[in-house]
Amino acid sequence: MRKKVIFKGTLLPYLLLAPQLVITAIFFFWPAGQAVYQSFLREDAFGNSVQFVGLENFLDVVNDQTWLDAAGRTLVFSGSVAALALGSALFLAVQADKHIRGADVYKTLLIWPYAVAPAIAAVLWLFMFHPNIGLFGRMLNGLGVPWDYRLNGSQAMLMVIMASAWKQVSYNFIFFLAGLQSIPRSVLEAAAIDGARPARRFWTIIFPLLSPTAFFLLVVNLVYAFFDTFGVIHSLTHGGPGKATETLIYRVYVDGVINVNFGSSSAQSVILMILVVALTVIQFRYVERKVHY
Amino acid sequence: MATLTLQDIKKSFGATAVLHGVDLDVQDGEMIVIVGASGCGKSTLLRIVAGLETETSGEVLIAGQSMKGLEPADRDVAMVFQNYALYPHMSVFQNMAYGLKIRRMPKDEIVRRVDQAAALLGIGHLLQRKPRELSGGQRQRVAMGRAIVREPKLFLFDEPLSNLDAKLRVELRAEIRRLQRRLGVTSLFVTHDQVEAMTLGDRLVVMNAGRAAQIATPMEIWERPADTYVAGFIGSPSMNLLHATLEAGGGAAILDAGGLRLPFADGPRAGAAGRKLTIGVRPEHLRLGEGGLGVMVELVEPLGGESVLHGKLADGTPLTARLPGARYGDGPMQLMLPPELLHVFDGETGKRIEAGG
Ligand SMILES: Nc1ncnc2c1ncn2[C@@H]1O[C@H](COP(=O)(O)OP(=O)(O)OP(=O)(O)O)[C@@H](O)[C@H]1O
Ligand SMILES: [Mg+2]
Repeated sequence: MRKKVIFKGTLLPYLLLAPQLVITAIFFFWPAGQAVYQSFLREDAFGNSVQFVGLENFLDVVNDQTWLDAAGRTLVFSGSVAALALGSALFLAVQADKHIRGADVYKTLLIWPYAVAPAIAAVLWLFMFHPNIGLFGRMLNGLGVPWDYRLNGSQAMLMVIMASAWKQVSYNFIFFLAGLQSIPRSVLEAAAIDGARPARRFWTIIFPLLSPTAFFLLVVNLVYAFFDTFGVIHSLTHGGPGKATETLIYRVYVDGVINVNFGSSSAQSVILMILVVALTVIQFRYVERKVHY
Repeated sequence: MATLTLQDIKKSFGATAVLHGVDLDVQDGEMIVIVGASGCGKSTLLRIVAGLETETSGEVLIAGQSMKGLEPADRDVAMVFQNYALYPHMSVFQNMAYGLKIRRMPKDEIVRRVDQAAALLGIGHLLQRKPRELSGGQRQRVAMGRAIVREPKLFLFDEPLSNLDAKLRVELRAEIRRLQRRLGVTSLFVTHDQVEAMTLGDRLVVMNAGRAAQIATPMEIWERPADTYVAGFIGSPSMNLLHATLEAGGGAAILDAGGLRLPFADGPRAGAAGRKLTIGVRPEHLRLGEGGLGVMVELVEPLGGESVLHGKLADGTPLTARLPGARYGDGPMQLMLPPELLHVFDGETGKRIEAGG
């Protein structure tokens, strides 16, 4: 039973909410509002005049082939990050759910990457895969594989995908593990007695019961790949070589901060914002309908 | 349908020994009820038979075949759990069909079997529902249906009725008995409810701290409990156990409380004078009468046609009596112990002592 506390009047509740609301307003609504506002404006090259251009910024963005290329790249990148992060987290959670010795140590270690800042995560991967100083990078080259993510676009993409996924595995792992542990043991035992071997038990019982969790995580991971991977990309590749790892979020930065094209950059962020809102709405709709218990 | 044999089953979890060697022979089609206090190892024994737990030593044989190293899937047994353990994301039909699909049974045969079992259990109209849309009793029926359709060698029930209310429990109890008879499937049924045990079992296994204290038919156990634990466990209210010593010649016991002499109707017991005994007498076998055991009655529970009296002997030993009628009051009272209905146990080991033994 949840206990409902009822406040007299309305002042106190608002007062209690105020710090959170103020923080959200200053650090989210205000900049977001600025972005929406900016996306309808266009500035001349010297910043002398500003003019209202309606949806022109948006039309320019979606008609720009390089933006469409970045969108395609983002799709590949996000899909791969989500698939890799979800797949490995599920695998690890299934292993951790078994009764093994030292399970607690194992779980703690798995949760660590989540606490690591993107830039540090990137440096870690750099130390592993840098062609000259990285352990695996040198090993690959020693084995005759021409490994240099600074020159090879696909290799660069692979690097940022792996580093980004690695950071997200912990988060997914915690959710998957909680999901696994909420499946009653007797249900799995009943399946075993019914004749199901471990693989079949996984696909016919565990996986369907985890699917609401998996879907929730899929959305979270996609949103993460769209937005939160800027730090990793920036530290590892700067979006290069060429534009090989320039995703939509990185392009917002390039156009806004480097090319100082606020109108276009804002329009791009607004498009991304709409995308996230859409994903979140789908998620809530779906999750509400698909809970088994 | 098959026989089941347990040979000296022992089980320890780490350093804690839970089962200390259980032997059991179950005939084809027999219903065995395993009964005992909480924590005595009933579920563990059942789970070892199912293959969910591995015995530390000993052997399980189903239909004469050793189950050593066999997975639950390979044992051809079905189990009904206390919490039903239905697959929450599957409909009732899918729940029941799951085990058959795994065995690659043809579709029409699956449908036929599920329909038949559902009709037998009266859940035919629920086949498209999900478990969460069912009541507790309906869920338990589905769980039973899931076991029945498999037509396994063995049914295992682990307290399947204890999550249900009293009325439903009685109803389903009778239903399980009828089904088991009709299908003739060898069954193990775990419970800690002695009424369930008495009414369901062809034979009972009364377990005490990881051992089978007695294995016999319900009536045998009631009439001749093997030791004081079984004596106290089966029967409600439970049997009175009174300290006594053997008289010289072994023909009678002298109660410690009050020194009342209780002659044995069926012959003398072996042993020297002064051998420590425990005399058992069921509350319903006590009768009012002058010159009997002096009891100070402290509480009377009228049950309509009869009353349960709780009192104390002179030395403070509690005593319970079930007497016909409802007109009793607190205070002193004399109760007769009929010699032919006394149970004699060793005062130290608690084992039953037969006449001449
Ligand atoms: N996996 C386990 N690890 C350690 N100890 C266990 C385990 N399973 C059971 N036990 C212990 O074994 C003993 C017997 O347990 P079991 O579940 O067989 O009892 P039970 O007779 O079924 O009791 P109840 O009537 O309460 O269900 C208990 O003391 C329990 O604590
Ligand atoms: Mg139990």
